[in-house]
Amino acid sequence: MNEYYLGVDIGSISTKGVIIDNNNQVITSLYIWTEGNPIVAVKKLIRELKAKMPKDGKLLGIGTTGSARKLIGLMLGANVVKNEITAHAVGTLSKHKDVHTILEIGGQDSKIIIIDNGVVVDYSMNTLCAAGTGSFLTSQAKRLGIPIEDFGELALKSKNPVKIAARCTVFAESDLIHKAQIGYLKEDIIAGLCKSIVLNYLNNVGKGKKIREPIVFQGGVSKNKGVLKYFKEVLDAPIIVDDDSHLMGAIGIAIMAKKNKNHQIFELDATDVLFETKGSECSKCSNNCEVLKIYKDHELVDTWGNRCPKGSE
Amino acid sequence: MKTQKQNPNITIAFPRMGNYDIPAKYLLTNIFDVNIEDIPIITNKTIELGTRYSPEFVCTPFKYTIGTLIESLENGANVLIQAGGGCRYGYYSELQEQILKDMGYKFQFINLMSKGQKSLKKIYQELKKVDSNFNPIKALYYLIITIKMVKYMDKVDDYIRENIGFEVVPNSFINLQKEMLNSFYRSKTNIDLYFKYKFYFKKIKKIKINKPSNHLKIGLIGELYTLMEPFSNYELERELASYGMSIKRYTNVYYLLFQKGRMANKYVKYAKEYITYKMGADAADNIGRTKYLCKHNYDGIIHIKSTFCTPEIGAMPIISKICQEHKMPLLFFSFDANTSEVGIKTRVEAFYDMIEGRRQ
Repeated sequence: MNEYYLGVDIGSISTKGVIIDNNNQVITSLYIWTEGNPIVAVKKLIRELKAKMPKDGKLLGIGTTGSARKLIGLMLGANVVKNEITAHAVGTLSKHKDVHTILEIGGQDSKIIIIDNGVVVDYSMNTLCAAGTGSFLTSQAKRLGIPIEDFGELALKSKNPVKIAARCTVFAESDLIHKAQIGYLKEDIIAGLCKSIVLNYLNNVGKGKKIREPIVFQGGVSKNKGVLKYFKEVLDAPIIVDDDSHLMGAIGIAIMAKKNKNHQIFELDATDVLFETKGSECSKCSNNCEVLKIYKDHELVDTWGNRCPKGSE
Repeated sequence: MKTQKQNPNITIAFPRMGNYDIPAKYLLTNIFDVNIEDIPIITNKTIELGTRYSPEFVCTPFKYTIGTLIESLENGANVLIQAGGGCRYGYYSELQEQILKDMGYKFQFINLMSKGQKSLKKIYQELKKVDSNFNPIKALYYLIITIKMVKYMDKVDDYIRENIGFEVVPNSFINLQKEMLNSFYRSKTNIDLYFKYKFYFKKIKKIKINKPSNHLKIGLIGELYTLMEPFSNYELERELASYGMSIKRYTNVYYLLFQKGRMANKYVKYAKEYITYKMGADAADNIGRTKYLCKHNYDGIIHIKSTFCTPEIGAMPIISKICQEHKMPLLFFSFDANTSEVGIKTRVEAFYDMIEGRRQ
């Protein structure tokens, strides 16, 4: 009987799931859109992964990461729930043992992780604002009427990328509209946009960090060839993009579920369970906490956001 | 919007920060023969009100404090007290007074630090207006007790911060601290207060803790209000303690009132390879502290501030540089009215994972 481990990375834009074996090899994986509803997305993900999992194996661990990790961890009964920074570092180290710098750009956030001798020694993550992340690229692709999948290819065609403000998406967007209206070619605008993402990233998240080789680039945006090209150009260094670069957080958390000692056999029956959340403002004291109650088959299983026990009644 | 309760009695209110409403109320109750408002605790409603009536790009403490003042006015307060400091805090009083008046509230405003200057004569005149029986000698007597109270509170607080992450019975520190503050509030003399302090500090030191000798140590620095009001930093200290770390924080009211004058110059001297002059508010202090924490085997530094805090923005690149030179893990947080807690938890958890990994 083979032993498998499931890692689920629920981001703001996409939800990723992988099943790995005892040698950290990816058996099967899936990448779908979260579409603002992590519970529905994960149910779909689990249904498809379950169908693809070899019948001869048993699932011994589940790990969740990403911004919805706590909710989905509860839903799946995961034995490891960890932040995405640690998960990305663990995942990347399993494939690139000597990595020094991890650049990661996801849907709503971007981060840089500096590793020395296999240990995370520094990291930084964007705060407050989603400038220079994937969601900005997606919304601009929509505005320009280009499928996001073709975005990178088109950027590579440009010989003269336009200059676009790299500080803030609001300024970047007005630059973009202005350049389009005065007649710049679409590919030049797209290339300019890819470059502005890179500059924004290095100015904000990467500020003051020593970027040393080997450099691994991951997250959904790493699949964008335009952004990759400008990272290489600006950093003047080779950059590794793994085939599984978009899955690295999920792989990392699956490995952590494997390393965790609390193994048990999981059945993956979450798809049949009715899982609901209800948000409300608790009025039992003057704190007025915003409370979220989680129900599994109409039964209250957890309460979040309350500062005192009154909120969980 | 405004529903100021008509209150025939004079009622005093002031902004809130941490537990310091207790000594403040103690002082006012003992020197005036008027009502002192129970200052409402800060809630989401406070910051919502504060944000609605504040300039958009003002630093966050402005929003919290004006929110509390509005809530107090609606509860019937009609005398407000506000102070000022060496940054934009210096303009809080004037601006808040004007905003509240424009909103239509009727009140007397006591500004302890007008245009960055303390004028005892002016403060005296204002206080006399509140209560014609105001007696400066009696006020001085209680002021001295209050100062001692703040000193004792801060001392106990420092101890709690270093040990609360290791308590065996949950909430044992917080509960005893609450009891202590209540007892402080009932003190009548200096001696009385001193014995209470000795009694409770002994009791607090006896609380069972399970503290490994090689525990992780974190230095917490940054802008003063965000450091001292737990609601405004999303209870960061509690979050850090829950990972089993001991926390060192220098900023407290006793420091600001009595030690800062001396220490700020010392910090500049101590960190002279990084700064030559003081940079406003606590920027120089924090740079000095960063160097100190780097030299004294701390495992990490967390710097917090409200989003538009200018002095700290000036200090941040220097703090980064010091930490880089000493290979010290550093985490910055900028809090505003709407930061989601999930993002903070993610970063704190990753920071903990990182410093723990480095240890091994």
